[in-house]
Amino acid sequence: MQHEVMFAGFGGQGILMIGKILAHAAMEAGREVAWIPSYGPEMRGGTAYCQVVVSDRPIGSPIIKSPRHLVAMNRPSLEKFANAVKPGGVILINSSLCPDRSGRTDVDELAAPVTDLAKELGSVRAANIVALGAFVARSGIVDFELIREAVKEEFAQKAKLIPLEMKALDAGRAEAGKKQRT
Amino acid sequence: MGKAFTKPEALADAHTHYCPGCTHGVIHRLVAEVIDELGIRGRTVGIAPVGCAVLAYNYFTFDFQEAAHGRAPAMATGIKRVRPDLMVFTYQGDGDLASIGMGEIIHAANRGEKFTTIFVNNAVYGMTGGQMAPTTMPGQRTTTSPAGRNVEEAGMPIQMAELLATLQTPGYVTRQTVIKPRYITRAKKAIKKAFEYQVAGKCFSFVEVVSTCPTNWGMTPLEAVKWSEETLLAYYKLGEYKTPEQEA
Amino acid sequence: MGKKVLMKGNEAIGEAAIRAGCLNYFAYPITPQSEVAEYLAKRMPEVGGVFVQGESEVAVGYMLFGASAAGARVFTTSSSPGVSLMSEAISYIAGAQCPCVFVNIIRGGPGLGGILPSQGDYFQSVKGGGHGDYRMLVMAPASVQEAVEMMMVAFPLAEKYRGPIMILGDGLIGQMMEPVEFPDDLATDPSDKDDWATNGMENRKSGSRNLVKSLYLDPEQLNDHNLLLKSKYDQMKKEEIRYEAYNTDGDYVSLIVSYGTMSRVCKTAIDNLKEEGVEVGMIRPQTLFPFPDAAIRDAAVKPGCKTVVSIEMSMGQMVEDVERCVQGRRPVGWYGKCGGDVPTPEEIMQVIKEGI
Ligand SMILES: Cc1ncc(C[n+]2csc(CCOP(=O)(O)OP(=O)(O)O)c2C)c(N)n1
Ligand code: SF4
Repeated sequence: MQHEVMFAGFGGQGILMIGKILAHAAMEAGREVAWIPSYGPEMRGGTAYCQVVVSDRPIGSPIIKSPRHLVAMNRPSLEKFANAVKPGGVILINSSLCPDRSGRTDVDELAAPVTDLAKELGSVRAANIVALGAFVARSGIVDFELIREAVKEEFAQKAKLIPLEMKALDAGRAEAGKKQRT
Repeated sequence: MGKAFTKPEALADAHTHYCPGCTHGVIHRLVAEVIDELGIRGRTVGIAPVGCAVLAYNYFTFDFQEAAHGRAPAMATGIKRVRPDLMVFTYQGDGDLASIGMGEIIHAANRGEKFTTIFVNNAVYGMTGGQMAPTTMPGQRTTTSPAGRNVEEAGMPIQMAELLATLQTPGYVTRQTVIKPRYITRAKKAIKKAFEYQVAGKCFSFVEVVSTCPTNWGMTPLEAVKWSEETLLAYYKLGEYKTPEQEA
Repeated sequence: MGKKVLMKGNEAIGEAAIRAGCLNYFAYPITPQSEVAEYLAKRMPEVGGVFVQGESEVAVGYMLFGASAAGARVFTTSSSPGVSLMSEAISYIAGAQCPCVFVNIIRGGPGLGGILPSQGDYFQSVKGGGHGDYRMLVMAPASVQEAVEMMMVAFPLAEKYRGPIMILGDGLIGQMMEPVEFPDDLATDPSDKDDWATNGMENRKSGSRNLVKSLYLDPEQLNDHNLLLKSKYDQMKKEEIRYEAYNTDGDYVSLIVSYGTMSRVCKTAIDNLKEEGVEVGMIRPQTLFPFPDAAIRDAAVKPGCKTVVSIEMSMGQMVEDVERCVQGRRPVGWYGKCGGDVPTPEEIMQVIKEGI
């Protein structure tokens, strides 16, 4: 089984980081992983996205035109990628910044106000981790405990932030559980 | 009113790709205004560098060439030698001009090539993501000087205006900035003077413009202006370093 | 083997050099490989190594030349336009017989081109980007792990043949993160260079001076010098060819030749075609020079194989070598793209089906 996840949003939202955390956790679970960023002269506050491929077999093509899942942290990301998602995948929408929905009936859509939830926790910068928690809980792509460990490792240099990031993960998970599957 | 907001004819009606608080846009505008005022748009050729301004040709409405990294002054030389009637300027960053293109700029200036160079000094490589430039300040952190520029190994930042002013060939060399409105009028005068020397077929002209790169400095636009004024302007002193009349 | 870590190709390449025993790095920033310099700017001071940001790739090429001629292990990384500027130095380094490792994380060209992945520098690396009769051993990794391993063997190979070696990746190999391990057993000690390097006469047993140069004004001497170089390239053809054969044990109707990132996409296409009942084999050259001539010829002329296609992220460069190997015994086609969009498995499946 191969899962591909597209993480997309504004530069500065920590998109690349949550992709990396997922890849890290999946690697610890013994899976094959690849993390592919968008790169370019787009360091100027434009869109940022990355793809994470998680597989039970060696990964062939690392370039995926239609991912299984999408985490859209803003509106342009949803517009750009919603139609590419494979049927049956999860589409997570940051409803704090994106009032739209995918319009897809063949996917598991979850609208979660991750930016607002992060603000409630005290730091808007944790919105990416809230989204990660929600996405992982919803998709079951890796064990939640492994994500917890991977987040801790990512923040090892900024240990002060770890309690906040743990709360952010849990807030995401709670949000994912709240919403009914459609 | 009105006039202050009109767009120079030489400037395209386009959104730039520059970051908020970046001074490239202001400098483009000044160049465009000068070209309009001198009425030379129809015979001007700009040369884009390799750097954040590589897409400058999208923002101007006259002929443009795109150079290889650092080679714009050699291309400008080529144009001027075969078509002295064309008004030619290079627009270069500090990595482009003071690092990889150091040879080209010194020799073009020393040959007294009759074109104009606009040199945008933001003390860092912008386009490639904030590496150290020859103009990076001592102690300044960049992605390739993570502990701050170490002058023992990287030397002191190069002051291009001063360096070019030492050449014995007559030329016009000045350093300006556009980080605050009060500097902009002076900067524009200098750019105009530089182009006027070219129109008169007089000499090589060089305008260094001390700029900002909030993105790669890791600052807000306001912090960037403050840092630029306090740190860069203390080392990169504004003023005219050389005029052709001086040597004459 | 150490622990598996998740690393970006560019960073892993930098770390691999250190693990291989090379602590000297000179470079100039260029997308999509600037992370190597950024990584080593931090890492080299930690391990007591040398990190220098040169003023240009021209200068960097000669920094390598000088350091290597003085007996040190050295390497640099760059991307296409930068490698063009280093090509002059590469020719001198080949002529003067100095071991140096160059990494090219290719981006689209020609000229400024683009910054996305490409394989457009095949000719430049394999046929010689600089002047004169020289060859470079060129290795092309298809994963971050393979990039690490190729980096680590590159240094002893450069010393064995006393010449420039190139690791040819593409933007994706540099930018992608994959799990990697650094095989401890690939670490090597620098070879003894006393018989040729200008490492200080008083430090040598022989006590005689060494000279590093590429000038041979006497035609006979220059010819002899080139014969010596040629003998090394011939030796490489005997000893250094590496390739991977994929799905070639059974019968197949078509043979793909592809390398680097592109070959991974081809593997996916081959797996998908298998599910549809179409068998396709692949030879993936891991060394582009020396090229796996015999392997490709043998795989191409296998009964049942009707066509051969070279799939590259370029407008058809390697295909000329594939044609040379197949010697007209099968039709050889080409498919590729070079704007930065990597062809998809679906596109490749289509190409194969149309070809048969
Ligand atoms: C031969 C070559 N080497 C390196 C590069 C990569 N490169 C592109 S822009 C740039 C530096 C830009 O910095 P600067 O000139 O200071 O301009 P800024 O982006 O700050 O405006 C570099 C190194 C290149 N395009 N070509
Ligand atoms: S990176 Fe720096 S120089 Fe480039 S556009 Fe942004 S602020 Fe300007």
